[in-house]
Amino acid sequence: MAKSKKYSRGENIRTLRRVLKYIAPYRILVAASVVCAAVSVASQLYVPILTGDAIDYMIYRNNVNFDGVVRKLITIGVVTGVTLLSQYFLSLINNRITYSVSKNLRNAAVCKIHTLPLSYLDAHPTGDIVSRVTADVEVFSDGLLMGFTQLFTGFITIIGTLVFMLSVNIPITLVVVVLTPLSLFAAAFIAGRSYRHFQKQTILRGEETAYINEMLEGQRVVQSFGYEKRSLSDFDSINKKLRDASLKAVFFSSLTNPSTRFINSLVYAGVGLCGALSAVGGGITVGQLSVFLSYASQYAKPFNEISGVVTELQNSLACAERVFSLIDADSEIAEPWDAEKLSADGHVCLSDVSFRYIKSRPLIDGLNLDVKPGQRIAIVGPTGCGKTTLINLLMRFYDVDGGSISVSGYDIRKVTRSSLRASYGMVLQETWLKSGTVYENIAYGRPGASRDEVEAAARAAHAHSFIKRLPNGYDTVISEGGDALSQGQKQLLCIARVMLVLPPMLILDEATSSIDTRTEIKIQSAFAEMMRGRTSFIVAHRLSTIREADVILVMRDGHIEEQGNHNELMRRGGFYASLYNSQFEGNDVRDIRSGI
Amino acid sequence: MKGLFKHLKKYRKESLLAPFFKMIEALFDLFVPLVVADIINIGIMAEDKRYIYSRCGMLVLLAVIGLLCSIIAQYFAAKAAVGCASELRHSLFAHIQTLGFSEIDGLGTETLITRMTSDINQVQSGINLFLRLFLRSPFVVLGAMIMAFTINFRSAAIFAVSIPVLALIVFGIMLITGPMYKRVQSRLDAVLGIIRENLQGVRVVRAFGREKDETERFEEANLKLASGQLRVGRISSLMNPMTYLVVNLAVIAILNTGAVQINSGILWTGDVIALINYMSQILIELVKLANLIIQVTKAVACAGRVQAVLDVNPEMNFPSDIGLSSSASFTGRVSSDVSDFSASNDDSCRANDSPEIGISSEKHVPHESSGFSDTAVQFSHVGLRYSMAGAESLTDIDFSVPRGYTVGVIGGTGSGKTSLVNLIPRFYDATSGIVSVFGKPVSEYSREELRSRIGMVMQRAQLFSGTIRSNLKLGAENASDEQLWEALETAKAADFVRGKPGGLDAPVSQNGRNLSGGQKQRLTIARALVTQPDILILDDSSSALDFATDAALRQSLSVLHGRTTLFIVSQRASSLRHADMIIVMDDGKIAGFGKHDELLSDCLVYREIYESQFGIENG
Repeated sequence: MAKSKKYSRGENIRTLRRVLKYIAPYRILVAASVVCAAVSVASQLYVPILTGDAIDYMIYRNNVNFDGVVRKLITIGVVTGVTLLSQYFLSLINNRITYSVSKNLRNAAVCKIHTLPLSYLDAHPTGDIVSRVTADVEVFSDGLLMGFTQLFTGFITIIGTLVFMLSVNIPITLVVVVLTPLSLFAAAFIAGRSYRHFQKQTILRGEETAYINEMLEGQRVVQSFGYEKRSLSDFDSINKKLRDASLKAVFFSSLTNPSTRFINSLVYAGVGLCGALSAVGGGITVGQLSVFLSYASQYAKPFNEISGVVTELQNSLACAERVFSLIDADSEIAEPWDAEKLSADGHVCLSDVSFRYIKSRPLIDGLNLDVKPGQRIAIVGPTGCGKTTLINLLMRFYDVDGGSISVSGYDIRKVTRSSLRASYGMVLQETWLKSGTVYENIAYGRPGASRDEVEAAARAAHAHSFIKRLPNGYDTVISEGGDALSQGQKQLLCIARVMLVLPPMLILDEATSSIDTRTEIKIQSAFAEMMRGRTSFIVAHRLSTIREADVILVMRDGHIEEQGNHNELMRRGGFYASLYNSQFEGNDVRDIRSGI
Repeated sequence: MKGLFKHLKKYRKESLLAPFFKMIEALFDLFVPLVVADIINIGIMAEDKRYIYSRCGMLVLLAVIGLLCSIIAQYFAAKAAVGCASELRHSLFAHIQTLGFSEIDGLGTETLITRMTSDINQVQSGINLFLRLFLRSPFVVLGAMIMAFTINFRSAAIFAVSIPVLALIVFGIMLITGPMYKRVQSRLDAVLGIIRENLQGVRVVRAFGREKDETERFEEANLKLASGQLRVGRISSLMNPMTYLVVNLAVIAILNTGAVQINSGILWTGDVIALINYMSQILIELVKLANLIIQVTKAVACAGRVQAVLDVNPEMNFPSDIGLSSSASFTGRVSSDVSDFSASNDDSCRANDSPEIGISSEKHVPHESSGFSDTAVQFSHVGLRYSMAGAESLTDIDFSVPRGYTVGVIGGTGSGKTSLVNLIPRFYDATSGIVSVFGKPVSEYSREELRSRIGMVMQRAQLFSGTIRSNLKLGAENASDEQLWEALETAKAADFVRGKPGGLDAPVSQNGRNLSGGQKQRLTIARALVTQPDILILDDSSSALDFATDAALRQSLSVLHGRTTLFIVSQRASSLRHADMIIVMDDGKIAGFGKHDELLSDCLVYREIYESQFGIENG
């Protein structure tokens, strides 16, 4: 990822092959598209010949063959009708192919996102991934649309024109055939040059999008620190880089049209010269010359278009590459074929677990822990000691580097992820709600739960009373991240969400940090009810929770420093005791200072 | 659109020269059929080979001039389009920075991101095409008609009829598809929203095993997008076939009248060929124009959406005259009314009815500053109703806080604690009553001055990618390392920062993902401390800290006492116990106001909160 890739044809072809795989299901449509293109091109090319014939009927004064002219004109009308229909169908079919492919691609990308390991998602900015699935796919599909329509018709026009021209006059055809490769040559040269610029533009765009994402999400912080000007100047420097890269990409790619058009004008002049000279010698008629001239100008078009398509395709390939690099990222390690569905009894055993996010920095080492069903484990320790990491491992968001974790005697790597995760009810410190109604959010773990069940869960979580006061009660739509709700209200909804499913084990990561204690005391009893008979891991800050735990894990720098219940640990007088006492030391100092 | 033109104005030279050179190119294009007609009428008929050679040479010359003009035009068009888009991004970004919190709430972050990225990209390609083709195509169309008139009046009448018909088709389709494209774009927004949401909530989605449902939800939205795109496609695909039809009918008409006129000797064969050439030039230009119009329609829709954001004016006006407002109340304002220190609310349990409780002489507040008795923050009968909210979130809040005091704000979820402190740095405007800081209403401060005097630590600890240093310097660009370390020490973050490879230069990833919640919170506190604010507000910003760290932090913050007016919003009574005064919030109103001991005996709400946490220890 980090290494900037050099433009290589092989890679391009590989990407192209991937694109073709996505087009494959639309084989029949592609075939229909080819047929329509062929019909439309053939009938379009036939019109100049008919016109030429008509002209040959009207060369001299008082010598016009009116019958012939009328016959030809009627034929032109019919052929035009055929063109009309085939063109319209062609366009419809190509739209369908393109939009379907980009739809499928987006689906594949989102499907992939759900299987990616969290290490990937944690390491890639949200904005970057979003821009791959939306902006990049969009550019790709625009390129593809143009590509489809114009590549086909372009090639068919070239071939058709050649056939028609050869049937009229060979030497003049040779002029066209010899000169036109120049057009391709110019187009290829420009495309090669502009691809690099496009790639640079794409990278800078991604960078800018990530920056925009971050700053707009943190707009409140930006404003409260008066950081607006500096953030703007940071933005401007990326923006300027993007502008320069874009200018090059846009300018170089837009040279294609004038250059190929120039070469076409040369071909036109060449045909005019040879044709006129030949007509003087009686080799061709004036009508045929008009056919050639019209072909020469039409022959220009497909080359223009194909070269336009080439740059557009380059650009869209650059985007496709970014999309595929997401789709091709390694998924979570596959479950073994014989993975069983876990039916957890609450027995959790960690043996000699080690884990690190960054290779060079060990975080958890040699962690042993045996949790019996129904036990309440409080995890305490200074912030950053690895408490959240432990949860990541229990839920198998990350895999251990060494040792093993087992639930009910099964190594968690040998059971299905979904059954493992379904065995835990999780309430995290960072509250996430989806956009949707309150009802949908609470029923998130059990879609289809009845209204009454949801309400009961909400009551148990003491969320019912505030939900009732929302404009539409349980049908109130929570928008984007639930901004309209307070942090505490969101947390209550998260708790209600778990209350509804009640799995055999619980993980509560500072679950009540944003709930006021009056509300908390009310739900403590509900929590106690919920935790009864359930193995619970609680990242706890509150003394009452900690004291009531069966086992207190005191963590420090990724190790379990101490392990035992409150009384044991206090008696031991170790790290826990000092942590516990520090709360009151702090108070004492303040007490003296403020004279109480 | 007017905003767009404003930006194009900066590239006036480029945006005039690009179409100008395009028109010159077109002009030379228009000569080509005439030259060809001459070749046929004079060269072939008179069998004059030299004439043929010279006229063909002229065709080459026309092509060379055309190429040069076109390259120049492409350059200017690219420069204007890219430059304009870049300016537009800049203005939009700058504009968003001026929006207030309530506007950002209303617009939504996600919408703003689309506006800044894909919308502006569309605008860029729209401008580019517009400059290159928008004048050229009509010019060729009209030019071809004029040329036709110079050849033959009767045949030219066919041009005069078919051109309006063509225009009708092109513009009619454009009018129909315009709003449809708008709808497609909003469906794209929905797709984008789901992806973002899924990425942000990935842990919850997986914990509940809802990956499949989320995928299905996305697929549904995605399908809607695709079907919208197809629907527009069905109509816009009509453009090419229909224009082709009209042009060919015109060709038939030209041949028909041509036959008659050649027969009677009015026209020559070469002229008829020239007329047909003009007609096919018109077709080519119209196809271009049609494609252009689709692109430009898209771009105009996007530009409109960008403009809509630019048109959102912040409701809040800050006096920009810093010179005037900086003469604020710092000096010589030894306030006489010590009894300012009071709260009045009818239903509150007023623990401090007697003023002497408020400022008791035993307060260990350093009297170093004569401004000590100044009122730092005063709320007079303040009410707040968020836009689009039904009920008031704050009602009749009335209290004042002397400088240097530590004030606790406690209360239940949704009781209005955050709303209350958000009014101090004027993140929102009170809908009734007046909020004053250092004796002056917040609305009379310049934005810069007000915000620089108030340090705010929000509930959600938000850091930016960069380094620890870059994050700490967010509000104070020129802070020295010593100042940073001092702030880190006070925020109890120095130890873990020291432990990081690189120390202050240790990298922070987006949203501070590589730090724990507690580390983030302490860094955000340090970040606020670096600015050395007169008023520091901690909005429940130690929730992720364990009790030991929290206690240490509280003790460490006590050095600010007397110097800095400190607001601590917290759920934990222990964090507030020793505050000089505590505001107890309940359902948007002040339920109690006073010191811990007084509230404990007089305020039911407070006692409940306290006992829920400390019942046992203090029993």
